[in-house]
Amino acid sequence: MSAQRGASSVESAGPLRAECRTAGAPLLDVRALVKRFGGLVVTDRVDLQVRAGEIHALIGPNGAGKTTLVAQLAGQLASDRGTIFFDGQDVTRLVAHQRARRGLVRSFQITRLFRSLSVIDNLAFAAQAAGRGNFAAWAPARDAVAGAVRARTVLERIGLGARAGAGVEQLSHGERRALEVGLTLAGRPRLVLLDEPLAGMGAEESAAMSALIAGLRADCAVLLIEHDVEAVFRLADRVSVLVNGAIVASGAPQAVRSDPAVIGAYLGEPDPP
Amino acid sequence: MTRRRATALGLLAAAIALPGLLHAAGADFYLSLASRVLVDALAATSLNLLLGYGGMVSLGHAAFVGLGAYASGVLLSEGVTGVGWHLAVTVLVVGLAALAIGAVALRTRGVYFIMITLAFAQMLYYLSNSVKGYGGDEGLSVRARIRLPFGADLRDGLVFYYVALAVLVIALVLLARFAASRFGRAVQALRDDELRAEALGLPAFACKLAVFVVAGIVAGIAGALGVNLQGYVSPNALHWTQSGQLLVMVILGGAGSLWGGVAGAAVLLLLQELLAAYTEYWGFWTGWVLLAVVLFARRGLAGLLGARP
Repeated sequence: MSAQRGASSVESAGPLRAECRTAGAPLLDVRALVKRFGGLVVTDRVDLQVRAGEIHALIGPNGAGKTTLVAQLAGQLASDRGTIFFDGQDVTRLVAHQRARRGLVRSFQITRLFRSLSVIDNLAFAAQAAGRGNFAAWAPARDAVAGAVRARTVLERIGLGARAGAGVEQLSHGERRALEVGLTLAGRPRLVLLDEPLAGMGAEESAAMSALIAGLRADCAVLLIEHDVEAVFRLADRVSVLVNGAIVASGAPQAVRSDPAVIGAYLGEPDPP
Repeated sequence: MTRRRATALGLLAAAIALPGLLHAAGADFYLSLASRVLVDALAATSLNLLLGYGGMVSLGHAAFVGLGAYASGVLLSEGVTGVGWHLAVTVLVVGLAALAIGAVALRTRGVYFIMITLAFAQMLYYLSNSVKGYGGDEGLSVRARIRLPFGADLRDGLVFYYVALAVLVIALVLLARFAASRFGRAVQALRDDELRAEALGLPAFACKLAVFVVAGIVAGIAGALGVNLQGYVSPNALHWTQSGQLLVMVILGGAGSLWGGVAGAAVLLLLQELLAAYTEYWGFWTGWVLLAVVLFARRGLAGLLGARP
């Protein structure tokens, strides 16, 4: 793996490497991924591994290319070079819905909900989208029991149990963010890419969301893109740091926190507003 | 029984009783107008599926109506009158055309989609102008009509009316079922936010293509009925102004309401009929009505009357 040279040595220094070997192939294995916009290299030979059941945080200053990378991983943006393996299979050439159907689902930094559907129908649709029955045009949707049960479960889990029948426009910002994350969970994904789920949240909402994310380990792996560094170090099993489109460090939170390259590039700066 | 279902059954009963009432009033002439309303309501309902439910603004939908009319018209002029043949050929021809056009057009969005559907429709318009064997730019007149089982014949105005009514009722039932189904919910989500729906695993392109093809086929069936009503189809049936008229019907009636296409077709045709008796500038006055609806009743006439979206 050539691009290992780009990362610092924290990964090989820590005990995590041995663990990685015993755990077998990672769920998501990104190799030397590149994205250019004209002459600008936005994603610069990124290597990234996310294992089943872990919360892997991706941090980096504004403009580091985090959201671009998420779009490449989820399939909204085609990559110029490099390979994305998901569950051992090359998904680099698959489009977004094909990746989602395999269990690789993203959330969005700017909330994207279905405004003509109620909260519960947003979730019921999300539960159905990655499965079968999207073309069932005769039977009433409410008769699809499995999807309805799943939607209700996720609804309770994201704390919107009392808001089932509400329209999306009636929700508060925090509730909308919760539903945004809920949509990605409804289809039983194997890996969720959460793009800044805590952005713009109050302290209470932020704590609830953190608890929700922490509880996801049992269901799926998480690649958490987040600005709130303190939250990241509380939640993540491993952390990767993206600066100018390249991974400058990757490893256990404590190791990354003390990595000189990271401190120089990112943590030394004052928190963004 | 829900209010919605009661309204539907009430309207159906009125539609069934209409020919008898017209006859009693000595106004049999209006039966063919009523039949025209039913045919246009079917065409407008198919565009309502595409535009109101699917969010796809096509400016070429009349091409499918015209194609269906030509498919049936050509069969009639060749002496083929069996209803099975007409149904099979119309569905096949229009379905394949919609599949081919949709496969290209649905790769674009917004104003580009409007333009590309317009371009395809105009191509078919000029094609229909150039088929000299079937009337060319003069249009195709046919004397025969589709024959039905038990000796019934679409030449009979009363038979035609009830056949058109039955087809429209079937289309509306299918549309209502679709709207409440998982596919309907998927299409609704797609209309709200295609990128997000796709990110959740929905094969968006296939969904849109399915809606596009079904809408095209239903429009084609309306066209086939139309040529059997008028005994005539000309290239003008495919012209973009006809597509525009269908759009006006759907927006007037209420895009995305079950009854949108029906209400729009009925009001527009009756308005035209009424105004044409007083002024040749009826288009000017219907324009004002459309303007009022767009400004003051965003959900159209069906929305004004309390129909659910």
